[in-house]
Amino acid sequence: MYSKGLAPLAAAAVVTLTAALALVFFYAPLDADQGFVQKIFYVHVPMAIVSLCGFVAGGVFAIRHLRSGDASWDLRSYVAIHLAIIFGVGVLATGSIWARASWGHWWVWDEPVLVSFLVVFLLYCVYYPLRFSIEDPERQARYSSVFAIAAGAFVPLNFVAVRMAQAYTHPRVLSQTGGDLPGEMRLTFLVALLGMALLFATLWKLELTAKHAAMQLKRLKRRLAEREAVAA
Amino acid sequence: MEVESAPGQDVGAGLLEAAAHLGAVVDDQAEVARPVRWSRIGLGHGDELIAHVEEGHARQAPAQLEVEEPSVELERRFEVADFERHVIDAHQPRHMCSIGFAAMEPAIELEGLERRYGERVALAGVTVSLAAGSTLAVLGANGAGKTTLLRVLAGLLRPHSGRVRVLGCELPRERWRIQGRVGYLGHEALLYRELTGRENLRYHARLHGVDDSRVDGMLAAVGMARRADEPLRDLSRGMVQRLAAARAVLHDPALLLLDEPRAHLDPAAGELLEPLIGRASGRTRLLVSHDVEGALTEADLALGLKGGRQAFAGVVEADGGRQAGAGAIGAEAARELYR
Amino acid sequence: MIAAARAILRKDLLIELRTKESVPAMTLFALTVYVLFHFGLDRDSLDGELAAGVLWVTLLLAAVIGVSRLFAAEREQGGIEGLLLAPVDRTALFVAKAVGLFAMLVVVEVVAVPTFGLLLLGPGLGGALPELLAVFLLGNLGIAAVGALVAALAAETRARELIVPILLLPLLVPVLISCAQATEPLFRQEQGPEDLARWLGLLSLYDVVFVLLSVAVFDYLLED
Repeated sequence: MYSKGLAPLAAAAVVTLTAALALVFFYAPLDADQGFVQKIFYVHVPMAIVSLCGFVAGGVFAIRHLRSGDASWDLRSYVAIHLAIIFGVGVLATGSIWARASWGHWWVWDEPVLVSFLVVFLLYCVYYPLRFSIEDPERQARYSSVFAIAAGAFVPLNFVAVRMAQAYTHPRVLSQTGGDLPGEMRLTFLVALLGMALLFATLWKLELTAKHAAMQLKRLKRRLAEREAVAA
Repeated sequence: MEVESAPGQDVGAGLLEAAAHLGAVVDDQAEVARPVRWSRIGLGHGDELIAHVEEGHARQAPAQLEVEEPSVELERRFEVADFERHVIDAHQPRHMCSIGFAAMEPAIELEGLERRYGERVALAGVTVSLAAGSTLAVLGANGAGKTTLLRVLAGLLRPHSGRVRVLGCELPRERWRIQGRVGYLGHEALLYRELTGRENLRYHARLHGVDDSRVDGMLAAVGMARRADEPLRDLSRGMVQRLAAARAVLHDPALLLLDEPRAHLDPAAGELLEPLIGRASGRTRLLVSHDVEGALTEADLALGLKGGRQAFAGVVEADGGRQAGAGAIGAEAARELYR
Repeated sequence: MIAAARAILRKDLLIELRTKESVPAMTLFALTVYVLFHFGLDRDSLDGELAAGVLWVTLLLAAVIGVSRLFAAEREQGGIEGLLLAPVDRTALFVAKAVGLFAMLVVVEVVAVPTFGLLLLGPGLGGALPELLAVFLLGNLGIAAVGALVAALAAETRARELIVPILLLPLLVPVLISCAQATEPLFRQEQGPEDLARWLGLLSLYDVVFVLLSVAVFDYLLED
């Protein structure tokens, strides 16, 4: 049931990402200050945006789960958060490389997006221990949903708080995600963003399908075992 | 006075007849659908009519009664409502009364109740019907699902499938309506060790919206009036159990769920609690106990669980299960559960 | 619902008064951490920025202890079932626990903040009291609401004491930021009203969001 539309989605993702890559290398201008390394920006920022959206989506799916009691929403929420965390590792890694290349340090506190992302990432890392330390599967799903909702509400609040704090201590040097990007950069950025979003969606659908199939298999096995037990 | 109406005869007619015997002019709006044999009629407001119902003719037959006789006698209680009495004629004192009935449906109705714990089955196929005021003994070895069943009926656990009606409330949909109508006495006392007996009971009284004055009466009833102001950690396990029983009935519940209620109690204490949680209390009770003979003595129905699944459910025969009767549940069937 | 919340709160306060477990531990912990900071930072007194940070970080860490113990009485003794069986709105439990945590924080702060002033605050520094109170009030409210939610979330997990800190502290980062940023100019006795208003505004937003969210979601934590 989840695999509907997976193939065209994957195809779209591949196409867009290829286009994005082409644009990054051949179309977008070289940045005057930072040079070639700046191109990491086209990976780093879209990944961050998609990851944050993934977290919020996880929260929305969690709300659906609690309201309906339908476990499939919990599965969607789990996969969304799971992938967002993995993308998050990518965000932190690319952010670190970029910082090193641009400013010489492996980490800078200048960028509110990066900093607030670190906090969000730390928070969501708790999702796994919380989830897997509850044994009863129904309760596990419910508590995870509660967490996903609270954490999802937290993401924007946190970003605002960090941004406000940064305004005082580190006046913004570069406006990466702002609107003052020259035309070619903007186009490349948007295509990269789209590609990243499609990639996330594809992976999400893929993992959902795989997990769903695994659950069906387990259910069938259990039913078979039960039937054998009763017959015996 | 004893009045009998023949089986098959409509109870309305029987009542009219009975009432007529007592000189009342009866408003023939009284209507109940079951044939009944009356054992006693009181004509006062709120009086109880104890009717022996021929279950075979009942509209709602319990789903699983393993009996050979076509009908089995169970007691049903009807509450007299809408009773008016006034003199019609000064010379011939007669009474006008209209008697309405609140015929109580079964306190508990289960059909195919199922509860899982992950992949494991905790309860499956539990089907039984328990009339108001009756006692159901739940028997089974450790881990058979007895405590799970109690917790489902208390509204603490949600049933995963099957039909569950407790005190007229459909679970899990109407779980909130059960709250405050069930008395639960389980393995844990549900009392705080650092607080005194009185403080604990006051806390529960407030949670249930029960007046504080009941607390003193309850403390006296369980024989803890003298030591009511000592923290629980200074009291013996038996005393804590008595306080737990007080907590369970403090809000005058219609249904009692008892999990080994006599554990930790000496016989004197057990007798003390009898009018509160025993058969004499008149409440509908579910009794879980490893004392098979004892439980069967005070039960009307028995339910056996083995590995979460229902092994049997049926009426306990009259003499406490010492002899295996035709189809009724006895101690022998219960022992099977432990093999 | 209010009556039930009051009954639960009363029960909790009674138990805390009898056992004297949480509040002394939290206070002692805070004072110890001040001393640690003295040694760790190798300073005799802290200026405005550092002072605000140290104060609030310490309070948050003390709050973690309080949150870990919030449902302890229920787990170890009384059991939540007593409440679940009663005709009581489950939200009453959240309200009672949050208010209880708020009260504990206030008591701890009454001792710890002046002590902080004595131990670590540089000379010539002091707070403008009404503004400080506002910051503490809103900050404690946020900590109480999120703390009660986290306590309930962690209550059923196996590794409770480990989960609470790593779950609670990131969630409280906005509170930390707001409170520290708001307190800092107050310590230096520079009252920039728009600045303060902005931080109080963020705190209020945070409080509203998390109180509403916790109330909405709490039921799902208790049912089974």
